[in-house]
Amino acid sequence: MANDSAIGRFRARLNKGDSWLTRDIGSFFKADVLSPDALEELETRLLLADAGVEATQWLVERLQADINLGRIKNEKQLRASLKKALVELLAPIAKPLQIPPFIKPYILFVAGVNGVGKTTTIGKLALRLKREGKSVMLAAGDTFRAAAVQQLETWAQRVDVPILAQGEGADSASVIYDAVQSAKSRGVDVVIADTAGRLHTQSHLMEELRKIKRVLQKHDPYAPHEVLLVVDATTGGNALTQAIQFHEAIGLTGLAITKLDGTAKGGILLAIARRMALPVRFVGLGEAAEDLEPFDAEAYAEALIGE
Amino acid sequence: MFENLTTRLSRVLDSIRGQGRLTEDQVNAAARELRMALLEADVALPVVKEFIDKVKVRALGAEILQSLTPGQQFLKVVQQELTETLGGNAEPLNLRQQPPAIILMAGLQGSGKTTSTGKLALWLKEREKKNVVVVSADVYRPAAIEQLRIVAGNVGVEWFPSEVGQQPVAIAQAALAHAKKQYADVLIVDTAGRTTVDEAMMKEIAELHAALNPVETLFVVDSMTGQDAAKTAKAFGDALPLTGVILTKVDGDSRGGAALSVRQVTGRPIKFLGVGEKSDRLEIFHPDRIANRIIGQGDVLGLIEETARKVDHEKAQKLAEKLKKNKGFDLADFREQMLQMQNMGSMQSILEKLPGGAQMQEQIKSVDAEKQIRRTVAIINSMTPQERRFPDLIKASRKRRIAAGAGVEVQQVNQLLRQYETTKDMMKKFAGGGMAKMMRSLAGRLPPGMMPRR
Repeated sequence: MANDSAIGRFRARLNKGDSWLTRDIGSFFKADVLSPDALEELETRLLLADAGVEATQWLVERLQADINLGRIKNEKQLRASLKKALVELLAPIAKPLQIPPFIKPYILFVAGVNGVGKTTTIGKLALRLKREGKSVMLAAGDTFRAAAVQQLETWAQRVDVPILAQGEGADSASVIYDAVQSAKSRGVDVVIADTAGRLHTQSHLMEELRKIKRVLQKHDPYAPHEVLLVVDATTGGNALTQAIQFHEAIGLTGLAITKLDGTAKGGILLAIARRMALPVRFVGLGEAAEDLEPFDAEAYAEALIGE
Repeated sequence: MFENLTTRLSRVLDSIRGQGRLTEDQVNAAARELRMALLEADVALPVVKEFIDKVKVRALGAEILQSLTPGQQFLKVVQQELTETLGGNAEPLNLRQQPPAIILMAGLQGSGKTTSTGKLALWLKEREKKNVVVVSADVYRPAAIEQLRIVAGNVGVEWFPSEVGQQPVAIAQAALAHAKKQYADVLIVDTAGRTTVDEAMMKEIAELHAALNPVETLFVVDSMTGQDAAKTAKAFGDALPLTGVILTKVDGDSRGGAALSVRQVTGRPIKFLGVGEKSDRLEIFHPDRIANRIIGQGDVLGLIEETARKVDHEKAQKLAEKLKKNKGFDLADFREQMLQMQNMGSMQSILEKLPGGAQMQEQIKSVDAEKQIRRTVAIINSMTPQERRFPDLIKASRKRRIAAGAGVEVQQVNQLLRQYETTKDMMKKFAGGGMAKMMRSLAGRLPPGMMPRR
């Protein structure tokens, strides 16, 4: 089953640092009685994974309710209950990206703060879509950062897809507009537009994003069809603020979380899931072109909890 | 979005009054709130624990100053401890080495190493008048070397060429030989971002360090980093003898708890802050600024500076003189005060800077403060000079005339007169040297944190 390998990959990558949530969950029990400190310990571990105070409290309350009902008497039941709560929290946001064939070109817009891995994610995404049999074109909309265009060009070569770029200092909106134009005439299925990283506190840069969106809507009033926010898994509570602010500015439709292969566990996903109904499309699990997986709530929860 | 620490602390502490010292119960209750606040600011949990233990020791039995509530007193302890922990003895960049002094940059992917390399090169060139060479040992990320070349060109320092396929250690050695030959003062070596679990990459940077023996090994960390900051900092600290930290993306709105985590875990000073994308946006680290940010205090200092700039000193002085001479505070003075307030700029911008202002902004959204001020001024404008000087003259008939003149109801004129009476009473105490007394009596009523601290 394909699902098994996804779980395996998740588990291998996520727990490479250390297995945090349930490593010694067995020791929480003394002869069928859950030790009183167990919940506090789990709470601590959730906080350590950046799950944030709100989501952590919600999860712990869930467990507490199960304990009060006498449903948790052994390790297996604790794991099951924890998993159930995690899946309940995450399942509503685990919606894979679906590109309907009748929208052509499908415009995918990628935004995020500086250094979260937007360009790398675009490279990986291009490969993934190409393997699904779609024709892809990249638009080098990051015209601000030094060598951002070259970075995307390298990715375009690597995964062998066309790219439209005008070089540094060009107007981002016009680059992306031109790319869509040329994708239209060439009959390309998907255009992935890169944008410069920007902190959500810089209102003039957020205004620029709005402008790009407005310009794209000249091609298609429904464009961009997907607005993907890229979030770094090592980010703490600020990731939630980022998501909210970007959503207010340009209306997000999806989230990609990167760098999950480090020691960070991306618990911020839980915090975002608790606060926003924003679908999580992909997770980045490494630097290679193949290291991008669709997000699967079940697999993620399972990887956190282990056997 | 988050509840301000001040508000939280005053909620748990300020219900208990009239004690001279902080009691153990109080300290414990406050510690719980502090824990939540620090966690929300992304301070790593082990660091939170350690920090709270230190604060507890210091807070227990601390005398509550006359002018402060227990909540404010506790906050003061937290602030001091935080500043001390963050600051320690902040050292400048150490370049005391036979040139070229070597600076090695290390950190996770996307933390801002290359941008910081450029900023640091510019800073050394402009402020220290150093001759700087930069080199990139990032042979992995596409266009990383190209990025440094462009950045170096922008800031006008020499870029030593390297290319994909070379060994990072070989690149560094060649660059060092070149820097020596050029009699460069400083060589900055930019490296690839790496996760700490990647053993091969961690070994590589340790080898780079061994080959270069840099005088400064700077750990570059994103101020938005969460709990992972402690783990990452520890792993880098174990692999490399770090000498300092650069905290980047401080111009965002994260609370910057990572600063405390990294400082505590590595024991190394934070030397610089990256505060913008442009190459000159690098600042020397100020512990107090980050401390206030972590506990969610506003930029009070900035507010005071701004106020001082905008208030008309001459007029304020005149009023003070007048009050001193025990001449009454009349409606003309009241109008003057209102105009001064208007001058200070929009209420919104003032509130933004006040601690807890964000919450207050929400609350007062319905009340349009500026409209109120405008109306008050309009009413006073409709009075005769005689009436302004002797408000007691204003009786029913005059009130009707004034109301008609200002386009308001008589009630609003009454309201204004009452407001004026209250202000006048306060002014009397003010002039009578009862300032301290009055402030103390106000301390309980005003939202905590609003009081000027002395």
